[in-house]
Amino acid sequence: MEYFLELFLGGLTRGSIYALIALGYTMVYGIIELINFAHGEIYMIGAFTALIVASVLTLQGWNHLAILVIASIAAVIYSSAYGYTAEKLAYKPLRRAPRLSALISAIGVSLFLQNYVLLAQTSDFLPFPSLIPEFKFNAPYEHIISSPEIVILTTTAVVMILLTFLIKFTKLGKAMRATAQDREMAMLVGVDVDKVISFTFIVGSATAALGGVLIASHVGQINFYIGFIAGIKAFVAAVLGGIGSIPGAVLGSLVLGWTESFFTGYISSDYEDVFAFLFLVFILIFRPAGILGRSETDKV
Amino acid sequence: MMAKVNFRRLCVALIIGMSMMFLFPGLSPAADTIKLGVAGPHSGDLASYGIPTVKAAELVVKDVNAKGGILGKKVELLVEDDVCKPEVATNTATKLLSEKVDVVLGHICSGATKAALGIYKDSKIIVMSPSATNPALTQSGDYPNFFRTIASDDAQAKLEVNFALNKLKVKKVAVLHDKGDYGKGLAEYAKKFLENDKRAKVVLFEGITPGAVDYSAIVQKIKRSGAQAVIFGGYHPEASKIVTQMRKKKMKTIFISDDGVKDDTFIKVAKQYAEGVYATGPMDTSNNPMAIAAIEAHKKAYGTDPGAFFLNAYAATQALLNAIQKAGSTDYDAVEKALRTDYVETPLGKIRFDKRGDAEGVGFSIYQVQKGKYVELK
Repeated sequence: MEYFLELFLGGLTRGSIYALIALGYTMVYGIIELINFAHGEIYMIGAFTALIVASVLTLQGWNHLAILVIASIAAVIYSSAYGYTAEKLAYKPLRRAPRLSALISAIGVSLFLQNYVLLAQTSDFLPFPSLIPEFKFNAPYEHIISSPEIVILTTTAVVMILLTFLIKFTKLGKAMRATAQDREMAMLVGVDVDKVISFTFIVGSATAALGGVLIASHVGQINFYIGFIAGIKAFVAAVLGGIGSIPGAVLGSLVLGWTESFFTGYISSDYEDVFAFLFLVFILIFRPAGILGRSETDKV
Repeated sequence: MMAKVNFRRLCVALIIGMSMMFLFPGLSPAADTIKLGVAGPHSGDLASYGIPTVKAAELVVKDVNAKGGILGKKVELLVEDDVCKPEVATNTATKLLSEKVDVVLGHICSGATKAALGIYKDSKIIVMSPSATNPALTQSGDYPNFFRTIASDDAQAKLEVNFALNKLKVKKVAVLHDKGDYGKGLAEYAKKFLENDKRAKVVLFEGITPGAVDYSAIVQKIKRSGAQAVIFGGYHPEASKIVTQMRKKKMKTIFISDDGVKDDTFIKVAKQYAEGVYATGPMDTSNNPMAIAAIEAHKKAYGTDPGAFFLNAYAATQALLNAIQKAGSTDYDAVEKALRTDYVETPLGKIRFDKRGDAEGVGFSIYQVQKGKYVELK
């Protein structure tokens, strides 16, 4: 039973990590139906920004919590700027082009950002400081849970609730939903569609950056390539949960995290990825739109 | 016309005569020299692997002969090219045998060595390679006449397992790998050695997914398996994540890995959690005075830095000649026994050969992270 609980919590943490990245994927897809492949790179840039800021502040002798907050804010601002710029440069000119063109453009942005960081920084793995303070837990719990895991879990939950609130209950959220339903109609009734889309990218990038800081701090190392694998997994999670749906992205991520954790724990880690993707195929056979996705009829 | 034919005949006669001169003067003092064959690629695209061995043999032999030779006899080199090809190597071996070679230094490539070994074995000739790393050459037991001064591909796994069993005295071991050729190969050897030894049990054998965001599930699995030590085949990015996660979960499981982890980046990334981790890595010979002297001699004689396997070949030549000296003759059984029992000082350190023919004390050492640095454990 203890083993089950450990695997459950391990899967929960891993799922929350995927979820922080998957939220951005699913939001952007929900609004403009673009699979933003550069999203993983935004996450990676967030982690690098936080590392640079944290290193400088550590040298100045700031206290840990202040460093965590300032590094997170810096990462969020910097990554959002990248997300905003990428949208303006690479996606906006293609808004009226076929969807495939924007997708290829996204892959281009992803490769560009990866190589840019590789050249500007380094190809080596860099150590990332543990910014989240470690609390001591008592005997039976210390093997099971640690404070960084709790912080990741809480952040994911809070971000998910805030985003849902933003979309369901604010004026901006209403504009986002309107844009998602019918872009031209929204324009006709006075919604500034460009602004809404930019805002979506900024929010998506901000969650990815937050994820970058927390995950890098939990794992302890980063390099220019971390965004790719994390991005692919988060994308799978978003599809699993039903792409376009905010709670779906979180649920899909958790299901993926648990699948991997239990499969490794009870069967074998040799085929962990194989099994995770088999599971995805299986879900999509029975629910083509994902677990929480609504099956929508094609727009005519 | 006549003149031309005559000239050609003259040439042929001259050539035959000259080759006779090469062949026959050797005959009368033949009993007074010890013939050391040197076989390997000396031409072709792999020549750079074979030529340093010839130079090493020349340097050692020059030294030995200057001191009066061995058992009162001078040492003579018989250098033969096998261009690293198994089909050529058999001819090379036959040729050396027809020249009545006493011992052979070579061959260089594993494939060529294997092809030639059978021929030497039938004629009871001892062969020592400075470079053939294929594990089966010594492990199969097919070639009792074969020795080598380089560690075989599985040496790291062997060293890790022996260290875990003899020094750390663990009873339960988890063997993990990153599914790559290098890591998986090592892990499979480690598992085999552990299972053959029977002093410890392999409680877990698994491949992990390289580059995953975290390894909590596999870490929990290690904990549940009750393993006292983890032997990991792979590289440092995964190793540092696993070690960090184990230590964060307050697990004190010993972590042993390979030279893919014996990298300063590992310590830099895993920080305080790297402390106490064991890793195997190439033995440090840079401080060995004999190695420094051998490299100096090479520079003096040839004007360049030595090439691949130079020190291994230097040590092999010394080991062979020393064994003949100790045995008192070039008799197969006596030399074989001397190789296995007597230590000899070489640039690689003090070596002798185990019953399979691998040099003891050559190749890899265990290192441990102590105060943020890899320290070689003696």
